[in-house]
Amino acid sequence: MYRQSEIVNDPSKTSLLGDEGTDMIINVGPQHPSTHGVLHLVITLNGEAVKKVEPHLGYIHRSIEKMCESLTFRQFIYVTSKMDYLSSHMNNHCCAMCVEKGLQIEIPPRAQVIRVLMDELTRLASHQLWWGALAMDVGALTPFFLAFREREMINDIMEETCGTRLTMNYMVPGGVMADLHPNFQKRVHAFIDHFKRKIDEYDELVTDNIIFQNRTKGIGYISKEDAISYGMSGPAARGSGVQCDIRKLYPYEVYDKVQFEEVIETAGDCFARYLVRMKEMKQSISIVEQLIDNIPEGDFQAKTKAVLKLPKGEYYSRVETARGEFGVYIVSEGGTTPYRIKFRSPGFSNLSALDHMTRGQKIGDMVAIMGTLDLVIPDIDR
Amino acid sequence: MSFIKNYIGDVWGAVKSLAAGMKLTGHYALHHKKEKITQQYPDNKDTLNLPERFRGEVVLIHDENNEHACTGCTACELACPNGTIKIITKFDLTPEGKKKKALDTFVYHLDLCTMCNLCIEACPTSAIKMDQTFEHSVTDRSELIKTLNKPGSKIREGVE
Repeated sequence: MYRQSEIVNDPSKTSLLGDEGTDMIINVGPQHPSTHGVLHLVITLNGEAVKKVEPHLGYIHRSIEKMCESLTFRQFIYVTSKMDYLSSHMNNHCCAMCVEKGLQIEIPPRAQVIRVLMDELTRLASHQLWWGALAMDVGALTPFFLAFREREMINDIMEETCGTRLTMNYMVPGGVMADLHPNFQKRVHAFIDHFKRKIDEYDELVTDNIIFQNRTKGIGYISKEDAISYGMSGPAARGSGVQCDIRKLYPYEVYDKVQFEEVIETAGDCFARYLVRMKEMKQSISIVEQLIDNIPEGDFQAKTKAVLKLPKGEYYSRVETARGEFGVYIVSEGGTTPYRIKFRSPGFSNLSALDHMTRGQKIGDMVAIMGTLDLVIPDIDR
Repeated sequence: MSFIKNYIGDVWGAVKSLAAGMKLTGHYALHHKKEKITQQYPDNKDTLNLPERFRGEVVLIHDENNEHACTGCTACELACPNGTIKIITKFDLTPEGKKKKALDTFVYHLDLCTMCNLCIEACPTSAIKMDQTFEHSVTDRSELIKTLNKPGSKIREGVE
């Protein structure tokens, strides 16, 4: 991804005008207010049409993979909540699952259900924030506040059970850190009842809006073949008709026991990706509704040793985060710390398709395309 | 002719969908008093109810006799990913004249802490817990390095 373009490297061409004398090179970010986080895009423009987009990464690189090598198998999980901070539960979940795979522990059914419930609530919160931010990107401010109103309820639920609102560190190898708060079921019911009514407002305000539709329909098209070639995953790829939901393809925990549909749209444009996420929210609500009254009794954590030692070998596990496939690959030499850790983050692969999607589009549409990709920069840079 | 028809149709559709959105926004503008969701933070300090599990900072639990349950086993120190906790131990003499390991100073670097709760999970005697305080700003960085055991405190009888 990171390659200096010949235009930037050649001193004779570093002027504002590009090689043909008509191209203009613009730096978007890392502090541009219309971008998400510290993403630096070098855009080559011909008039208003985008010729090339080159993401320059590294502004929020914290060497998390290297850091994890010096942490034990219990400790490294907390660092992953700082990668994709909007789906921190799913990141923690994947790491805990990978360690459990190595230790060959079966986690209790109660812990499995709690994990899935937390994952789906996080997915809802993440999609709500994405919805508000996307609407703000294309020029509507009110949806942002409405999205945060609903997200606040999920954050309160998380705060009560996990203790924190964003970087939870609630999943531990063997189950979850603490049992559900006594208020959990009541509050989730209240939230579901509230959100089911409010999600229609989302449609009324943004989905049905002609201006929004004109700004997203036919914009940022990517075909199914290209989406697969770029390694895209998650709602961004499902908008192009790629079946890639890890929850369906490789079910983990109790996802094979709950009823839900993998949302697929085939149009491949911004509006299709938007619809996938909107419909996914409804699927998440349905999963939470199925599980919230059927939490099995029992332990919330399997018995594990105080010091975890993974047997020598390589382990990989994956989950579906709000952005796509998140994978953890652990190489263990039999010690208490991993020999090597590799994270497969969904944002990185999705960002690589940005250049392909924006080519020939107007610069104003680029923001909408970026918004529907749902980029989280700490996840890309790590 | 159909172009003009389409154009007018588009404009009409845009105005209609805009009005639908404005209606919703207007509804909230008029009914905001019933559905106030933002908390005015410094004003609601007295009524602020933080959940019991809220991770504010690590504290050593002292009872009314100024006794704690920390044996100085350093399980929390080993569990911490950031080197936030430093346990300094000393040797006490028991009445039988034997040497016994005990806590001397529980040093807690709040500036390094990420509130991951791993130390609380690791503690075998439940001597530490997360407190609900969250206003951690200070003017001098050295104030963030705290000694958690109170002066004169000692270990509770019977805690091994």
